[in-house]
Amino acid sequence: MQEIIDQYSATIRVAAENNHSLHIHGGGSKVFYGNLPRGQAEALDVTAYRGIVDYEPTELVIAACAGTPLVEIESLLHENGQMLAFEPPHFSETATLGGCIASGLSGPRRAAAGAVRDFVLGVRILDGRGRDLQFGGRVMKNVAGYDVSRLMVGSMGTLGVLLEVSLKILPLPVSEKTLSLEMDAEQAIEQLNRWAGKPLPVSATCHVDGQLYVRLSGADSAVQAAHQKLGGEAVADGKHFWQSIREQTHDFFQSQAALWRLSVKSTVPELTLPGKQLMEWNGALRWLICPDDSAVDAIRQAARESGGHATLFRGEIPGIPVFTSLSPALEDVHRRLKQQFDPAGVLNPGRLYPAF
Amino acid sequence: MSVNDLIKRLSAFLPPEAVLYETEDLKPYECDGLSAYRQTPMIVVLPQTEQQIVEVLRLCHDTQTPVVARGAGTGLSGGALPHAEGILMSLAKLNRILGIDPLARTARVQPGVRNLAISDAAKPYGLYYAPDPSSQIACSIGGNVAENSGGVHCLKYGLTVHNILKLRVLTIDGEILEIGSDALDSAGFDLLALMTGSEGMLGIVTEITVKLIPVPEKAQLVMAAFDDIQKAGNAVANVIAAGIIPAGMEMMDKITIHAVEEFLHAGYDLNAEAILLCESDGSEEEVANEIERIHAIMKASGATGISMSRNEAERLSFWAGRKAAFPAAGRVSPDYYCMDGTIPRKHLAKVLSGIETLSEAYGLRCMNVFHAGDGNLHPLILYDANTPGELEKTEEFGGKILEMCIQAGGTITGEHGVGMEKINQMCSQFKSNELEIFHGVKAAFDPQSLLNPGKAVPTLHRCAELGAMHVHSGSEKFPELPRF
Repeated sequence: MQEIIDQYSATIRVAAENNHSLHIHGGGSKVFYGNLPRGQAEALDVTAYRGIVDYEPTELVIAACAGTPLVEIESLLHENGQMLAFEPPHFSETATLGGCIASGLSGPRRAAAGAVRDFVLGVRILDGRGRDLQFGGRVMKNVAGYDVSRLMVGSMGTLGVLLEVSLKILPLPVSEKTLSLEMDAEQAIEQLNRWAGKPLPVSATCHVDGQLYVRLSGADSAVQAAHQKLGGEAVADGKHFWQSIREQTHDFFQSQAALWRLSVKSTVPELTLPGKQLMEWNGALRWLICPDDSAVDAIRQAARESGGHATLFRGEIPGIPVFTSLSPALEDVHRRLKQQFDPAGVLNPGRLYPAF
Repeated sequence: MSVNDLIKRLSAFLPPEAVLYETEDLKPYECDGLSAYRQTPMIVVLPQTEQQIVEVLRLCHDTQTPVVARGAGTGLSGGALPHAEGILMSLAKLNRILGIDPLARTARVQPGVRNLAISDAAKPYGLYYAPDPSSQIACSIGGNVAENSGGVHCLKYGLTVHNILKLRVLTIDGEILEIGSDALDSAGFDLLALMTGSEGMLGIVTEITVKLIPVPEKAQLVMAAFDDIQKAGNAVANVIAAGIIPAGMEMMDKITIHAVEEFLHAGYDLNAEAILLCESDGSEEEVANEIERIHAIMKASGATGISMSRNEAERLSFWAGRKAAFPAAGRVSPDYYCMDGTIPRKHLAKVLSGIETLSEAYGLRCMNVFHAGDGNLHPLILYDANTPGELEKTEEFGGKILEMCIQAGGTITGEHGVGMEKINQMCSQFKSNELEIFHGVKAAFDPQSLLNPGKAVPTLHRCAELGAMHVHSGSEKFPELPRF
């Protein structure tokens, strides 16, 4: 395995010396996400470095190589009654742990359990000089040094090539039940935020086509009691429904038009934007299918005014960057951090922001 | 710039009572919660507005004056230890709760607000702020962000980093950074995580938006006594293996049990080698189910006695002993030194027996309290600062405990921070390349190193001089540096 690391490291060093850039490539399941890499980039395939490094269910920690397929990790955890609680979307069975961390995407359980970054405990990376570095560790609490591990999450491979990642894991809920209630988006936003302020075992929510779906997780008795309190009809195949939201196989997502991801304050009313919307995370995540490419400014402004940001998740609009631009002060900080981790600008340049 | 000139310039925008420079006024600021480390600052300032902080920072930037931020001063690693040629900036006067949004379940607060004050203010809405460090009555939320503080409930509810949404941060040149957002994520790098636990080295936080969560319907505690510490450790693993994430899971060793029982009479079993406290919270149904299962697991794991809290008063009295562990240490010994290593739980017995061996070798007693759920150990070394050489011996003992935590695959600090105290052990935990990245992160925010300089990350030179010569992955640590 060390030979693989040495090989990656040598590739990075050679690229840095020759002013080439590298396009880090895992399972290819999220190639559609993010900006296209800037300039001429050579591919660095990182799927060879794979396998579980350490897993002891009672420590609630798993450490694995970044090239390990997510399905492999999740099925091992399930065999032991555990899970990645942030329910990362795979988007393809080739999805790897590294891509999951680099893209930083979380699924339906995010509002209840936390995001990818909340579960990352440590990383081993190669920086832009090809140096083999480790941060964090395999323990729940660790405040030695700056939190470089979480900094990697969502950085789209621009700060380092992920080699290994350790994650906190959680037990699978004993019982789960999905309810469906008929209501409009306005009502749903109000209702979801009220419920979120009560001690209820709600583990996922989704509003689509005038229906609100609520997943309850916990002890059998607690789930039954919560169903009594919330009302609504039990959905027969809840598992399948949440899977379709997580993997975007639900009918809502079947469109050729651009898919926007608006991350906003959970209480803001339904956004008046062209197209159709699907809501998750108690109202904090709004998906928008927008056939009108001229609405970009309106979308970005709506997200900003709602305390958040808008990402052009799928679909290309010429000249439109995928991620919301940063304030000049924040962009400076980003640029300087990039400079520290990758001074020659070798790793995925332009993938996150055109400037670096 | 001379002290007098600095005072003059500070007085141009700060009221007289907010600029301290007489020795007797500086005295209260010479240390934080780690009183073994003391340093009188040159000047103390107590700004009351963000604009005043901006001006202090600009002045420090222009005059190359180091500045150390201080919250409530309860930190345990000397993170707020003043700089001899610097300004100590207390943020205690920024103590307003700016707003609570009960529907969105957030609170916007200034850094000097006390941790517990947030939960008190949120209580009428049935909400609270989850991280509860033991000093929560006194410690400030700004300090919590600087240290990424945890608490006894963090296995289930997370650390500070999991419970904040947004920060308003001033850089050393007085620029404002909005980090995080009112949404659950934001564009770009996760600077919110980077700022949390950065020990005042990257910027000054002037406003924090925290998450609030619903107060659980019910909480109940199981107290189990064990005649063997390994059995208690196994009981913890068995609870986790059963798929339970307890709200809190704490362990105390025999010396601690005796020290707190004498002090508080909490009803702890004095014959026990270890006591486990395991709390469940949630809905009535969830708690009833979990408590029953925990009880069965404790029994099957060989507990010699098990009690369950029958009401809120009893639950609090079971907890009282654990929460009084530090004061109890102060009662049985003139001084104590608290360590903060974290280990994978499976190595608990090995590390504890290692501590016992060291304790005998150094002739110093050591009490062990343990956040068992998350592997965070707090050995309290008992010593007497008035006995010549005993503090030095204690520090050496403590350092060895931390080395042992690293060897067990853990870390030198779980929640107290590196500060001044553990700076040498950072040389053991990290390789020079990794420390270089830390210095790079610092430089990306504060290129002249004026914010809390000399803390948290050791210079490579310091590590080399220490001559620790630790062997990592079969190679010497700093082959590129000269030895002295």
